[in-house]
Amino acid sequence: MSTAIITFIIDGRDVSAREGQTILDVARENDIPIPTLCSLQGLHPVGACRVCLVEIKNTPKLLPACVTRPSEGMEVITDSERLRQYRKTITEMLFSERNHVCAVCVSNGHCELQSMAENLGVTHVRVPYLYPRLPVDATHARFTVDHNRCILCSRCVRVCDEVEGAHTWDMQGRGVDCRVITDLKQPWGTSESCTSCGKCVHVCPTGALTEKGKAVAEMVKRTQFLPYLKTMRESWS
Amino acid sequence: MAKHIIIDPVTRIEGHSKITIFLNDQGKVENAQFHVTQFRGFEKFVEGRPFQEMPSLTARTCGICPVSHLMAASKACDDIMAVRIPATAAKLRRVLNLAQMVQSHALSFFHLSSPDFLLGMDSDPVARNILGVAAKFPELAQDGIWLRKFGQQVIERMTGKRVHPAWVVPGGVSKPLSAEVRDQILADVPKALTIARRTLEWFKPAIKKFEEEISTFANFPSLFLGLVTPDGSLEHYDGFMRIVDSNRKIIADKLESSAYAHHIGEAVEPFSYLKSPFFKPLGYPGGMYRVGPLARLNVCDRCGTPLADRELAEFRKLQEGAVLSSFHYHYARLIEIVYGIERLSELLGSSDILSTQVRAVANPNKSEGVGVSEAPRGTLIHHYRIDPDGLVTWANLIIATGHNNLAMNRGITQAAKHFVTGKKIAEGALNRVEAVIRCYDPCLSCSTHALGQMPLQVQLRDVEGTVLDEQLRE
Repeated sequence: MSTAIITFIIDGRDVSAREGQTILDVARENDIPIPTLCSLQGLHPVGACRVCLVEIKNTPKLLPACVTRPSEGMEVITDSERLRQYRKTITEMLFSERNHVCAVCVSNGHCELQSMAENLGVTHVRVPYLYPRLPVDATHARFTVDHNRCILCSRCVRVCDEVEGAHTWDMQGRGVDCRVITDLKQPWGTSESCTSCGKCVHVCPTGALTEKGKAVAEMVKRTQFLPYLKTMRESWS
Repeated sequence: MAKHIIIDPVTRIEGHSKITIFLNDQGKVENAQFHVTQFRGFEKFVEGRPFQEMPSLTARTCGICPVSHLMAASKACDDIMAVRIPATAAKLRRVLNLAQMVQSHALSFFHLSSPDFLLGMDSDPVARNILGVAAKFPELAQDGIWLRKFGQQVIERMTGKRVHPAWVVPGGVSKPLSAEVRDQILADVPKALTIARRTLEWFKPAIKKFEEEISTFANFPSLFLGLVTPDGSLEHYDGFMRIVDSNRKIIADKLESSAYAHHIGEAVEPFSYLKSPFFKPLGYPGGMYRVGPLARLNVCDRCGTPLADRELAEFRKLQEGAVLSSFHYHYARLIEIVYGIERLSELLGSSDILSTQVRAVANPNKSEGVGVSEAPRGTLIHHYRIDPDGLVTWANLIIATGHNNLAMNRGITQAAKHFVTGKKIAEGALNRVEAVIRCYDPCLSCSTHALGQMPLQVQLRDVEGTVLDEQLRE
């Protein structure tokens, strides 16, 4: 059975996509960098963070590369002044929405949001900070969730559901009131579905989900388990 | 009619403050007040944070002595975890603490205070700074800069970062010391010691020119508080608190850090954001005490290193009993620099200093912890309470400069009475009142856990509060 091949253009280069591939998949295959935050290989894309926005010729809207499928002859631009400004603003808004305070974060130096800001040249946040009063849930014996540092990428929700199969994590609320929750919005330590596997902690791009006992700048995340686990499971089935 | 003089802002100190001098009906100085005009609220906003973050959170109080906060905070966390940290970890923390003391003392002595000694209390204020010193006394300025760099480099080499290192953690330190770093530090020790001794040899005879300042710069009987080792030697990292009176008679000894609140009270005055701690048994304000280099040398029986002990013996000859003039904080600072370099080199030479066992790991085992260490400016107390999940529910920080608050107020009153006459503030008199504050090397941003720069303002006011004269320094 042959798979349909689509030919299109990214940044002036002719590229081809297999059926089901997204613009981001094809760009990665061709070593064309597109910044991402919520996307993680091994998890279904959701288009939550919007930093992978790309321009598509003759389309007025910017579209997220992680969930947009290419069409024949489509012309995609991954880097332009307009895109850089959008990505920068999105990153600044992520910072302004919660209390990240990198300098005293356990993930300082190992944080995807921090690296993103650095790569995009974010030196200041131009929108006012919201400074929400958010709690830290340290009821779990091994892990902590600090809502101050959550960017609502939903990686924890997806890895728990798609890989671990526990579906402990979910989202609750809308807009600035949106939070990740465990089970029926109860303290993590009281969750009956949580297997304490720690996958959510390691896929979390920031210092929102961390191992207990880590001091500042000590929380290094290991996400490499995910593609291995995925491949192993696919080969078994 | 009584008047006020206001100095605002006070210069060459760390933080932001203002001095008001009150004149009586005869135009003579009646009283002086040291106002610390900044407020920050660290104790409040750490509430709800995991206790393991406390070293780094509280270290942000200050960019000059973050290491001191790391020490007291990590010790309070060790207490919460109820662990005894590995011996090597304690030694490494000690080395770091001493390095920070050397750099901070060098900053205070050379950069902030030496312009007064070298160029004169009455010299042109435009050039009375480290650049003025560098122009006229380049060797001494270079010595100062090199010595501060030495301390800062030890911190950077050991922790990877000069300011706000994250290397000191609850339970010990995060990484062991490498032989390479140890050797690099040890290679610089001889030069550091030479500079420290050279400076002392210059300073000891030079202070003879400052008899008037010595006799009026906070020269009065008071208590002194500092840490000592169990055998009574000079101590900066651990040990017990000891209090001596102006005769160097021990009035309280072997005080456990956890019981600090039993001995020390904190009063609040409406004119300053800085609290006024006092020794409880003697009440407020009679329980006034001083901390810092002068207090530590008055409190200890000996330094415990050869060169520093020789200097201490000479220092003791200044006065029978405790050395009382706060002017001698500068002298004490230089002796502590010598001690710091000797001691850190001794610690780095110990056989287990490269051990890789540098961290104890534990969950919180107590709901409360206290950590006490000596910051360059004096005794530093961190006290936290946590909930069963390890989140901080309450914190109390008593910072070195705070302990000295009562003595600083007393000191500027004494100096103002001596040097300030009439309705106008003579520049030299203004500088001398400020110089009293500088003796203590206060870190006001730390002590109020506050934000901002540290220029000084002095106001002269009459009884009705009318400002007669005002001097501003940026």
